Amino acid sequence: MTTLLALCDCNNFYASCERVFNPSLNGQPIVVLSNNDGCVIARSNEAKLLGIDMGEPFFAIRDLVEAKKVHAFSSNYTLYGDMSNRVMQTLSQFTPSIELYSIDECFLDLSNFYNKDLNAYAWEIKNTVLRWTGIPVSLGVAPTKALAKVANKLAKKSKKANGVLVLQEPEHIRKALEVTKIEDIWGIGGQYAKFLKKHQIHTAYEFTQANDSWVQKHMSIVGLRLLKELRGESCLELEEVMPPKKGICTSRGYGVKQTEFKYIQEATATYAAKCGRKLRKQKSCARFLTVFVETNRFCEKDKQYNNSRTIVLPVATNSDMELIKYADIALKSIYKPGYQYKKSGVILTEILPENQIQFDLLDTVDRVKHHKLMEVVDSLSGRFSRDIVKVATQGYNKSWHLRCERKSPCYTTSLNDIIIAYV
Amino acid sequence: MHEAKIIPLHPDVFEPCFISSFQEIEIPFFSCYISAGFPSPADDYLEDRINLNSYLIQNPTSTYMMRVKGNSMQDANIHEGDILVIDKSLKPNDGVPVVCFLDGEFTVKTFRKINNKLYLEPANPAYKPIEITDDMDMRVWGVVAWVLHKPVKL
Repeated sequence: MTTLLALCDCNNFYASCERVFNPSLNGQPIVVLSNNDGCVIARSNEAKLLGIDMGEPFFAIRDLVEAKKVHAFSSNYTLYGDMSNRVMQTLSQFTPSIELYSIDECFLDLSNFYNKDLNAYAWEIKNTVLRWTGIPVSLGVAPTKALAKVANKLAKKSKKANGVLVLQEPEHIRKALEVTKIEDIWGIGGQYAKFLKKHQIHTAYEFTQANDSWVQKHMSIVGLRLLKELRGESCLELEEVMPPKKGICTSRGYGVKQTEFKYIQEATATYAAKCGRKLRKQKSCARFLTVFVETNRFCEKDKQYNNSRTIVLPVATNSDMELIKYADIALKSIYKPGYQYKKSGVILTEILPENQIQFDLLDTVDRVKHHKLMEVVDSLSGRFSRDIVKVATQGYNKSWHLRCERKSPCYTTSLNDIIIAYV
Repeated sequence: MHEAKIIPLHPDVFEPCFISSFQEIEIPFFSCYISAGFPSPADDYLEDRINLNSYLIQNPTSTYMMRVKGNSMQDANIHEGDILVIDKSLKPNDGVPVVCFLDGEFTVKTFRKINNKLYLEPANPAYKPIEITDDMDMRVWGVVAWVLHKPVKL
């Protein structure tokens, strides 16, 4: 059996999500901003043509945004997450095994489809996703993951391919590699690209002609695997199940700089509770808890301070109450008055499955009770809004909350936000 | 294609998705074990409760909701304040209510094909059908599968 993989990638995913629910944005330049409306993290093709770069600070392009009527959105991860889920579920109808690679990319195993008209099948996938979700996607089909990435990139670029490219025949693969620049290969960073160019390797094809041991020597086993993949030998398997996370971190910059302990405490407690929810979702507990605080290092006129503190919990836990209690202890030990804090965060490590925790003989916490309470809290926040029930330390103050002044409604997940249709 | 089975995949991967509420896998609950005690005579008759979601939603992946404003569809029992359940995977056929995007707005009308011409037909004598011509920017967004209407204000 030969392997055959498709990489399905949503075109300008965040911008496309906004367009599904506001079709008048079609053909208009769109940018989506990072948390706190800081930088550009996604652009529509029209915005790219205006010369707006990835990662550009919003304030730097404000004039251009106004002059060219660019639509700028705060990131709406609730919407993007739901739309991503819809796309992935639509894709999962077409093959029994898929790997979610990122929020907008997915590998599909098409190994059993080699005698099918793959081009037609890929088009059916593309059209179905578009019809069901409104999201345009591109597909690259090839014998290995790295080649599927190459195919996908070309599918997007080439007018003739129009979003679908199947690379199966050796001469097609060779042609595709010849027109793929070395820096456009999946997993080759800027440093390696520079290094390879110095050795007269400018295209993906030239890379496949390189000597195995030379590549391994200079680019480690990862580079060698990539080389083999580009030659058509599958080395990277489909990872269907995401492994449970080994470390969990929640940290955000505040909307506005904070000095008072109370507000930093509220933010940090909220981040701890967020970590707790992530732990419970993957049915695990954490033993180590780290809290850190930071001032804005880009603001040179401010006095700078940053610090962190790690606490070993007596018994691994996933209870919000316990996590917040220890996060508070850690925070108190590192907080210093008189600074303009920009960010704090909670990191959990030493994560183990819920059913493998070591109990402590002198433990005084009623863990059964905590567990039950957390179950109720999670089900309430699932049914109503998030944080409908929370530990009081998390507070009701909004001053540290993220800035997201340009967020679109949660069209698909909140009944109050659904679109109005005029009749 | 819309009858294909949805395979729920790793619901834990993306944090902000609430679609899971659409597709809880329901496991029948049997209240007694075979070996212990007298079996409940009701066990043989135990069935799942009615799941309104699975009744209203054929294809969760392509189903969306919108709220109605206006009165041009009142004779088709689509009233202001109703919630529409829209399935994007259904084909707009003649006589089917659709949501379309017309002149910068979402609007609900009955889809009509007469002599190779397309019309959007209201259901209120006060309004006229709209003929769809090539120079119009009109696209069908989805087909109205259900109208959720509250008979009286409760």
